[in-house]
Amino acid sequence: MNGPHDLGGQHGLGPVAPEKDEPIFHAEWEKRALGVTLSCGAFGAWSIDESRHARENIPPATYLSASYYEIWIRALETLLERHGFATTEELESGVLAGPGRAPKRVLTADMVEGVLAKGGPCDRPASGPALFKPGERVRTRNFNPTTHTRLPRYARGRGGTVEAVQGSFVFPDDNAHGKGESPQWVYTVVFDAAEIWGEGAAPGLTVSIDAWESYLERA
Amino acid sequence: MHDHDDDHHHDNHFSDMQARVKALETLLTAKGLIDPKAIDAIVETYETKIGPRNGAHVVAKAWTDPEFAAWLKRDATAAIASLGYTGRQGEHMRAVFNTPETHNLVVCTLCSCYPWSVLGLPPVWYKAPAYRSRAVIDPRGVLAEFGLALPEGQAIRVWDSTAELRYLVIPERPAGTEAMGEAELAALVSRDAMIGTAIVHLAEAA
Repeated sequence: MNGPHDLGGQHGLGPVAPEKDEPIFHAEWEKRALGVTLSCGAFGAWSIDESRHARENIPPATYLSASYYEIWIRALETLLERHGFATTEELESGVLAGPGRAPKRVLTADMVEGVLAKGGPCDRPASGPALFKPGERVRTRNFNPTTHTRLPRYARGRGGTVEAVQGSFVFPDDNAHGKGESPQWVYTVVFDAAEIWGEGAAPGLTVSIDAWESYLERA
Repeated sequence: MHDHDDDHHHDNHFSDMQARVKALETLLTAKGLIDPKAIDAIVETYETKIGPRNGAHVVAKAWTDPEFAAWLKRDATAAIASLGYTGRQGEHMRAVFNTPETHNLVVCTLCSCYPWSVLGLPPVWYKAPAYRSRAVIDPRGVLAEFGLALPEGQAIRVWDSTAELRYLVIPERPAGTEAMGEAELAALVSRDAMIGTAIVHLAEAA
């Protein structure tokens, strides 16, 4: 979707303002927000792709003014409700109304080390050979789905070069919507800045994305 | 829900989030869906065990051990795992090496993808709109805000982390460090140097 999250190339969002000696957390609630989000992810009820799409669906004005932990919490509430773990009333009041759905797994303290050390690999066996080879010229497709995609707007309809074949991975455009993992080959595709930004593009700049095979056509 | 929060001033908004997350944790705990001790364990992991020192170890080893550097280029996930750094948001690693010709810079324009297993949790600026919007179109302008001016002729390659690959920048080893060992070298390597918003200076040791 062309949501507020797709930020590459936008102007007017201010200076970066890096913070010297930035603390790991800026408030106690950020620690809890991290832990609650990861704990709920461990239910196994939704994928990282569905989570990302829930974040993208936050209204633009809210998204752009929220800190990232706030974005996480807002999306988490949507997911908890969608998957039957909590009701709107419960989330608004904070008061338990009923048991709700039981998850496949509840993350307990003794499981944390193992779960974090394992992570969630997204590579999957390929269903066929890779269509493109390193060095090949390709063009990204131009599409504007209202659903989840990982092809940013700035890189749509652009000519680039395949730099590497990175393996076969879960396809987020399907997986975010419960349509299965549909693994595809992923390629690192590199673009000259002038191809993306045209006149006045920064000299000596190249930008790469990691693109699923169906994002690409032979140039 | 809670959309009334949006009208509040920043300070109120901040305390609203405190109340909102507290209420959520309380509700989910009452439902038996989460274990507050698991949350403590997650926080402790990222406060004490998983952070940029992991990545600095990888960089220092790459500087001192050509075989390791070659392995890192070929199969970063396995090479990094050999040092004990694996797992969440580091499942599929790629190491990109700065050279005198090309400086590498990592961003995630679409969300906040970041190599947690080697750098820990991302800094606020990495996840915020200003960096995500400008890194791909005006990297020199962004780097200037970090106090970094690259040589005029050095090319810049920006890696937008749009898939599940996570990028670690291997900065150039500074001159004058030939006699240093791995631990001493690792101490020179900042988190930002492994994102590409800094380079490594000898002076950083001071």
